Amino acid sequence: MTARLWAALAAVLLGLFLGAGLPGGTPAAAVPTTVVSAAEEAAESVQGTLRDPDREPIEGVTVTVTQDGAEIGSATTDAEGTWAVPLPGPGAYTVTLDVAGLPEGVAPRTEGGEVLDGVQVRAGASQGVIFQLGTGEVDEGGGGVPVGRVLQLVVDGIKFGAIIAITAVGLSLVFGTTKLINFAHGEFVTIGAVAAYFLSTSPGNLPIILAAVLAMAVGGAVAGGFEVTLWRPLRRRGAGLIQMFIVAIGLSLLLRHLVLIIFGSRRQQYDEYSLQTALTLGPVRITPRDLIITVLAFVIMVAVAVMLQRTRIGTAMRAVNDNRDLAEASGIDVQRVILVVWVLGGALAAIGGVFLGLTQAIYSEMGFELLLLMFAGVILGGLGSAYGAMLGSLVIGLVSQLSTLWFPASLAYMWALLVMILVLLVRPQGILGRRERVG
Amino acid sequence: MDILAVLSVAIRGALGPEAAIYALAAIGLNMHFGYTGLLNFGQVGFMLVGAYGTAISVLSFGFPLWAGVLVGMACAVVLALILGVPTLRLRGDYLAIATIAAAEVLRYVYRSSFAEPVTGGVYGLVQFAGSFYELNPFSGPLELGPLRFGDRALWLMTVAWGITLLAAVLVWLLIHSPWGRVLRAVREDEEAARSLGKNVFAYKMQALVLGGVLGALAGALLAINSQAITPDAFIPIITFYLWTIMILGGASRVLGPIIGSIVFWFLLTFLDAFLRGAMSAGWIPGGLLVPSDIGAVRFAAVGLGLMLLMMFRPAGLIGNRKELRLDVR
Repeated sequence: MTARLWAALAAVLLGLFLGAGLPGGTPAAAVPTTVVSAAEEAAESVQGTLRDPDREPIEGVTVTVTQDGAEIGSATTDAEGTWAVPLPGPGAYTVTLDVAGLPEGVAPRTEGGEVLDGVQVRAGASQGVIFQLGTGEVDEGGGGVPVGRVLQLVVDGIKFGAIIAITAVGLSLVFGTTKLINFAHGEFVTIGAVAAYFLSTSPGNLPIILAAVLAMAVGGAVAGGFEVTLWRPLRRRGAGLIQMFIVAIGLSLLLRHLVLIIFGSRRQQYDEYSLQTALTLGPVRITPRDLIITVLAFVIMVAVAVMLQRTRIGTAMRAVNDNRDLAEASGIDVQRVILVVWVLGGALAAIGGVFLGLTQAIYSEMGFELLLLMFAGVILGGLGSAYGAMLGSLVIGLVSQLSTLWFPASLAYMWALLVMILVLLVRPQGILGRRERVG
Repeated sequence: MDILAVLSVAIRGALGPEAAIYALAAIGLNMHFGYTGLLNFGQVGFMLVGAYGTAISVLSFGFPLWAGVLVGMACAVVLALILGVPTLRLRGDYLAIATIAAAEVLRYVYRSSFAEPVTGGVYGLVQFAGSFYELNPFSGPLELGPLRFGDRALWLMTVAWGITLLAAVLVWLLIHSPWGRVLRAVREDEEAARSLGKNVFAYKMQALVLGGVLGALAGALLAINSQAITPDAFIPIITFYLWTIMILGGASRVLGPIIGSIVFWFLLTFLDAFLRGAMSAGWIPGGLLVPSDIGAVRFAAVGLGLMLLMMFRPAGLIGNRKELRLDVR
């Protein structure tokens, strides 16, 4: 992930811990967690790790903790950039970073960002504090929109959008061929990411590239398995679409929490490629990993498009998508096509999950959080259209990233969902969708 | 493991305030789906505005609690109108996605940092319903054999079940009125209702508002129950709970959501208490499940239950299969 996104993530955590009193326009809030270290009995402390925008630790910077103007203690960051100050008790503290100790070209991302007021420390908690550091160009906060930042967000948006796109293609194809809105599609993303995690860590220790390929196989097998054991029998029994939709919701709940039980609630990273130095390309910074992921995602999209246009099975998919009865009448084995669509969709969702896990983190809710964005992309592009899903997802990725120019990053997903609702209002069939009755 | 203790925990769950609150919200959902055929997957959004409408009016504007609850219900009317205008013309499945997205949008807004001065952001709001508990006529706990309800729970149960039953009576009266018959006609065949000169959109909107207000009332009771609300308590899973409750009891039946809620909470708390008991008795090896997994097992069980219900008994316990054609209209 790029340095800026890391900074945004750090700011998200910061917003959590601090709650109030953030300067305007800074991102805030995610899952509420407090770092409680088991080793330090019930003694309160504040602690943190100081890293520069490239995620490299910064050594030898003094952090001072005060309460109502009185100094409580101070600490200097060690070689890993970590610091900790023990506290006399719970309460609100002010944590100040000594800017003079920072290396050249590193400064707080916002004006006054070196002083964090009102850090709430709960009884027995070791409170994490994160200083957001940037390259020294202080954001002017709402004034003009710097071109470099826009380009950076466009790149981030394309990367995120491309990941949504490869996961959303399957959702759209499944809808196109079976008319089922597969609410459990996000779980294929999670299953892919988690499968690659288990394969790439001990005892397997496979290289992540191999693990990703195997994860695709797992995702495809799971999706295909449900088609054979669940969806096909349901269709045979003439189940209604609402009925199948609610079954999909139940399946999503079931799978997500099974993953939670197996994988645990902690966010994890893959062993490989988790920390990388960002490349600087003009005004834009991107890690080699993210660059490769973005390129790969586009390669996959092109491959899917070629398959849909040029191969026999792709043509059959489009035929079933267009008119199922007609396709069946002209001798296409519709059930087989649907099975292929499921396997393909599951595999694509799984590789998307690995990409998402590489750029962000792996956790049991990751697919479900992505699901609504997939829906947004698919509806924006036109339900049932594979190309629409790709296009719509890219737009959604861009919208969610570019919204952080003006709005808090915690609301990025919200803007994507609002765009979807807006599209439903003015053009319910989406950008590339066929005109049909959706009202 | 003491099976009697597990059972009494489960019965307390089935009769407790939460069962009543979920029943009320599910009655609202039944209004949407059971009688009008609207696939509302954003019922939790109505609960959220009801809860926050109540808490914010009490804390920020110093309203009395009853007025706060009314404000919460008024918020639900506004939300239903805003939500209904763009989405009610959509086909069922689109409506489902739009409503779940709308509920998530609301949650993001309420937990955002700029809303924090009013909503408390991720920390939420606390201590706004003291006046409700001051009215508590119960002075001591009620003990029925192994069952024990504290005086606070007793007071809340009385009010919540009272409101829920009133809502059920209201829905019964409405459904057996000419208005209710048009509503069901809209559900069965929108075009037919339209051809008879009925304004389908208006009827759908009225149903959305009414069910939403019931959801908001449930949200307000939920807020009063816990005296603390955070936006992250209003996640989509709550809506899925409500759907499970409604389908379990029987959609498009007046008593369906109430029976559904009682059975649902009985099973859920039973599973919970049983697993805890089985774990402490050492029946389940620690490598398989640890106590922190119980929450996840619970959700997984709800998911599995919803799937099995929908596959094998979509009409639920007391539902009428003929009343419920489950297809996109």
